[in-house]
Amino acid sequence: MSIATELHIVTGKGGTGKTTVAAALAMSLAGRGRRVLLCEVEGRQGLAQLFDVPPLPYAERKIAVGPDGGEVFALAIDPESALLEYLQMFYRLGRAGKALDRFGIIDFATTIAPGVRDVLLTGKVYEAAKRKDGSRFAYDAVVMDAPPTGRITRFLNVNSELAGLAKMGPIKRQAESIMTMMRAKSTHIHLVTVLEEMPVTETIDGVADLAAEKLPVGHVVVNLIRPSLISAQSRAALDSGTISTAEVGDSLASVGLPKDAADGLLAGGLSAIQREDLEREQREVLEHSGRPVVELPRLSGGIDLGALYELAARLEELQ
Amino acid sequence: MARQSNHRVVIDDKSRDGRIDVDGLLADRTTEIIVCCGSGGVGKTTTSAALALRAAEQGRTVCVLTIDPARRLAQSMGLTELDNTPRPVAGVQSANGAGSLDAMMLDMKRTFDEVVERHASPEKAQQILSNPFYVALSSSFAGTQEYMAMEKLGQLHAEKRYDLIVVDTPPSRSALDFLDAPERLSSLLDGRFLKLLLMPAKGPARLLSAGLGLVTGALNKVLGAQFLTDLQTFIAAFDTLFGGFRQRAEATYSLLQAKETRFVVVAAPEAAAMREASYFVERLAGEHMPLAGLVVNRVHTDGADGITAARAEAAAEQLRSTDRATDHLVADLLAVRADRLTVAGREDHQRHAFASAHPSVPTVAVPALAGDVHDLDGLREIGDLLAGAAQPTG
Repeated sequence: MSIATELHIVTGKGGTGKTTVAAALAMSLAGRGRRVLLCEVEGRQGLAQLFDVPPLPYAERKIAVGPDGGEVFALAIDPESALLEYLQMFYRLGRAGKALDRFGIIDFATTIAPGVRDVLLTGKVYEAAKRKDGSRFAYDAVVMDAPPTGRITRFLNVNSELAGLAKMGPIKRQAESIMTMMRAKSTHIHLVTVLEEMPVTETIDGVADLAAEKLPVGHVVVNLIRPSLISAQSRAALDSGTISTAEVGDSLASVGLPKDAADGLLAGGLSAIQREDLEREQREVLEHSGRPVVELPRLSGGIDLGALYELAARLEELQ
Repeated sequence: MARQSNHRVVIDDKSRDGRIDVDGLLADRTTEIIVCCGSGGVGKTTTSAALALRAAEQGRTVCVLTIDPARRLAQSMGLTELDNTPRPVAGVQSANGAGSLDAMMLDMKRTFDEVVERHASPEKAQQILSNPFYVALSSSFAGTQEYMAMEKLGQLHAEKRYDLIVVDTPPSRSALDFLDAPERLSSLLDGRFLKLLLMPAKGPARLLSAGLGLVTGALNKVLGAQFLTDLQTFIAAFDTLFGGFRQRAEATYSLLQAKETRFVVVAAPEAAAMREASYFVERLAGEHMPLAGLVVNRVHTDGADGITAARAEAAAEQLRSTDRATDHLVADLLAVRADRLTVAGREDHQRHAFASAHPSVPTVAVPALAGDVHDLDGLREIGDLLAGAAQPTG
């Protein structure tokens, strides 16, 4: 039984596979009978697409089981539902709630007023993480598929802005409680990247930005790692240029392939080596980020449920 | 919020054989704005910069506007200083000496401050600039970036210093936020809610209806009375600016629909990015915004020698059983090829799915390069590939 619900926030540059990593992490955390909530906050229905189910409603639905009988629930948080639920829960605003809607305030607050959206989204995650079911927490862990690296610090920090604006009252108190949770030891912000220059640069910047706001950085997850297909010996031969097109052609001919494919294959090999070198440089940059790094392979068959379990097994270190 | 239900795709005629005629698009003097949009991480910034550089080197006076806190354009152009002022990019090689390229990165707070300073009296401007609500709104709340991007685009276009502006859209929650920004700004400033909030500041309390009393009562309960007072002060001070804001936002929206604007949707050959691209193409059609076409970045192509993935794998297996080093090397090369073909096959599938759904949208596939683009030469190479003037060297 947990003393506090663990909160795992997964961010990353677009295209790095942040939703996949968040889902795999939730499954990994759901081991040994634990209950985990996996939330998305960007209205993209990325989880429904990943698990190949119809669009998720604003309700916690069981979406997968963990490796040893745990459970993963999924929730798509939208700001309109979060606001109405919030007003209902704390103020029992029956008539007034309707009046808010009539005056366009729900619409104003959730779509137009800048920032309020993010407050509501983080507020719902806070509610789920603090919810009790009898004497124990409703969830052992909450995983959030969060906005991308470029926006994450502002997104998580939105409540500290709000706490500064609202001088008193329940919003200020809640904003402060949310910031306390975001900065707590039980919170881990993981950054997903791939071994390319710009995502790595953004990751390093992201780690620094989060740390500057005292937001707890967890792991750096390097996703979509491709195995090296070129052995050290082959590499040495390619690097030194001692191998001739004719030799490659003869070798190809010995297995019934056209000799004239040699040039194209050599060029392909050289560009693979160049890419591996760039990846190695980026890996070194990440090693200096001061954060623990975990690597996930690019799975050739694409991402299905089996692949998620495979990735989940590699994410045990993040628990 | 679509203004029309007609979803016919408005295709620009600068296309040939289903391919975007990039050089035709850039040379056409009636193209004054190119908006690059698409989901995050697909190479929008690189595409924008490459198009801008190519246009400049073909003799146009170009400004590229980026709106990204990660300073990706700065990185990809080798620039260290990008701020709210367009700055000349060094090293542009214009054929006839006529072209030039400036680059700028949006500083959203400064853009907002400038608008306030330009349109309010000095005392009023000071009142607004020091209001805590304004400070938060202009510097850190999500959504402001999109509003200010549209504002800056409108300003730059009105200045007429450039004959082409290339815009890299913000890394939004959804790429569509950019499109919605002018309309959302108008609704914000026109909203019944704000009008109601303004009333107590303007008129006697008896104007308050019972309904509004209920609303402000509820808001006071939720937000704390001081919050509402600050907001009211802010809005009252901002009142005079509202008309100007709305007008400009609407003008910018019409500018996006105008004949001098072209949209380039950028994607990578992956399911999520192509889905977003599809959505965007449909949305642009719904809003009658002129689409130049789709750019698919980082595409892997298969070799011209007709070796299939299965054949390459089988041959590699065979070669590994010999004891000759050259055979082992060739086996590795064949493994690299098989891997690439598998990737290419998956990407082809994504691209065909898009083409089947949107057969009339011209497309350009930009091959994946072995290295990252971080200088003008890299951008030139991308420009050549976009225009179909070169094959990848990597």
